[in-house]
Amino acid sequence: MSIFVDDDTRVVVQGITGGEGKFHAGQMIEYGTNVVAGAVPGKGGQAVDGVPVYDTVDEAVEAEDADASVIFVPPAFAADAIFESLDTDLDLAVAITEGIPTQDMAKVKKRLGETDTRLLGPNCPGIITPSEAKLGILPGNIFSDGNVGLVSRSGTLTYQVVDNLTERGLGQSTAIGIGGDPIIGTSFIDALAAFEADPDTDAVVMCGEIGGEDEEQAARFIGEQMDTPVAGFIAGRTAPPGKRMGHAGAIVSGSGTGTAQSKIDALNDAGVPVGDTPEEVADHVEDFL
Amino acid sequence: MKLHEHQAKTVFADAGIPVPDSRLATTVDEALDAVDEIGYPAAIKAQVHVGGRGKAGGIKIATDREEAEEYAEEILGMDLKGYTVDEVLVEAGVDFVDELYVGVTMDRGEGEPVLMVSTEGGVNIEEVAEENPDAIAREHVDPAFGIHPYQARKVVYEAGVDADVALDVASILSTLYDLYEENDASEIEVNPVMITGDRDVVAADAVMNIDEDALFRQPELAEMAEESYENDLERKAGEYGFDYVRLSGNVGIIGNGAGLVMTTLDIVDYYGGSPANFLDIGGGAKAERVTQALDMVFSDDNVDAVVFNIFGGITRGDEVAKGINEALEGFDEIPKKMVVRLAGTNAEEGMEILNTDLVEVEKTLEDAVQRAVKNAEEMTQ
Repeated sequence: MSIFVDDDTRVVVQGITGGEGKFHAGQMIEYGTNVVAGAVPGKGGQAVDGVPVYDTVDEAVEAEDADASVIFVPPAFAADAIFESLDTDLDLAVAITEGIPTQDMAKVKKRLGETDTRLLGPNCPGIITPSEAKLGILPGNIFSDGNVGLVSRSGTLTYQVVDNLTERGLGQSTAIGIGGDPIIGTSFIDALAAFEADPDTDAVVMCGEIGGEDEEQAARFIGEQMDTPVAGFIAGRTAPPGKRMGHAGAIVSGSGTGTAQSKIDALNDAGVPVGDTPEEVADHVEDFL
Repeated sequence: MKLHEHQAKTVFADAGIPVPDSRLATTVDEALDAVDEIGYPAAIKAQVHVGGRGKAGGIKIATDREEAEEYAEEILGMDLKGYTVDEVLVEAGVDFVDELYVGVTMDRGEGEPVLMVSTEGGVNIEEVAEENPDAIAREHVDPAFGIHPYQARKVVYEAGVDADVALDVASILSTLYDLYEENDASEIEVNPVMITGDRDVVAADAVMNIDEDALFRQPELAEMAEESYENDLERKAGEYGFDYVRLSGNVGIIGNGAGLVMTTLDIVDYYGGSPANFLDIGGGAKAERVTQALDMVFSDDNVDAVVFNIFGGITRGDEVAKGINEALEGFDEIPKKMVVRLAGTNAEEGMEILNTDLVEVEKTLEDAVQRAVKNAEEMTQ
């Protein structure tokens, strides 16, 4: 079992003819993902690595019965691409693109509330259910099957933690990057609720970072509604206020909201142990299982 | 990206928001010419990206030419919370009887812009928000529709703004929202809006921050951004296209991915060191990119030792190692000790390729950081 994606997921890649889209579509196929179509305006009728390309997502869904999309479209056109997948009623849209203007995402978020599609990202590495499907840019080789769920705002930090887990033989049920932008589709709480409902996820790792209050809200959710044990990590303890630390969403406001300490305290209050290093996070997970 | 006060006021004035008469000056003579034109009292205001400029001595009101000269000399070139003042805005003093706060920002949690108005203007609004949140009236705007004019009126009345100026204030707020939208601002605020004895309404300060991710479609603002870098290293990072933040420590940090680089900074601190910078080299690590990253940390006088931490996902460790070797071979002498840790795809091959005459190598993040912290300590002894 897993959450959100498995070996039945049928994927359309938006932007499959671009450099990133082509490369990662190939990597996804190599991992065993059902990449059934590509969608690129003006490129309908072509094929990329044997995958048929359509002009619109709608045509791709109609012809190939796709139920999920991965979006590799440059920032200026990415919001439009997300709207296209939302308006096609896909089950899942995964937006990899980094650098989408925040005001575009505010409009996307508004529409998202009116549809049944789940959006992951933007500015995320995607999602992987080891041995079944990978939608995004995560390096498949570091993951292994298992019962640890992982949800994170960051890509490479996820890889670091997964590496620490895999080294100890702690495999993963599903790993999800929710994205480093201030406005994102799927929140920590959405992912945590899905892991809680998944009978094959026995422990969860949550990697947060400075900025916003999602981790604080997630901590309350864990305390009140989760039986599955959760271990935490928060990046950005040394970040100065008012500075954007790489991710558009990773910023401590001038008034001091969104600090690492506030998130660590909230998690600790909910009974969630927070590692000082990624290695310590793996220690906590080992203790749970 | 933050605009300077004078840049933001130009944008405001062009949109019809009343602002005081002002001139920008970079020398004392220019400042005196400006006050001669504007008259007294005149405010002399440091143009740096620092909150609480007034309290820190960066804003002074001159009532005659002698004072103007004294204050201009004092403020130009002064160090304001770590930033050198290169420019002052010389501005006509406003004879006010009341001060308000008005602003527009993104409510991240809601994913919607929010209008804010308070009659407690002229003070730190974040303190007001903390101590007396009810003193700030708020109204969310549907980002798909944009602002309805009634929303500006509603929030202004709700805040308790005097009835005789309420519509003027609402008009400013409505214009601020339009500017927020048109310019892809992340935050825009006027604190204070001054109400004069004649019941005129004037924007006496201006804060306007622009979403860096939208600069590609805001060419004029992107140009202003060029002028508003806070130091040479940030300017250089901007030219190289790195995500970079300078801190005050002495351990230089290069890594890939925002979360992992932040974590590396935190672990430096955890092991008793002090991070000098955040530098995300991004995906891929070709020699040219590595050379640019090294230039950033090597040209920072604060840096005593460097840790280079890459987790190769799609990026391959052997390619990164080649990039590091090539970049370092370009130096006659390696200016600062560097510890490299490669993990992930082809990391072992990468570790073997690395030229250990030029760099130290560690297998885990924890070990690499501890070694770099020790190297930095040795340099300061």
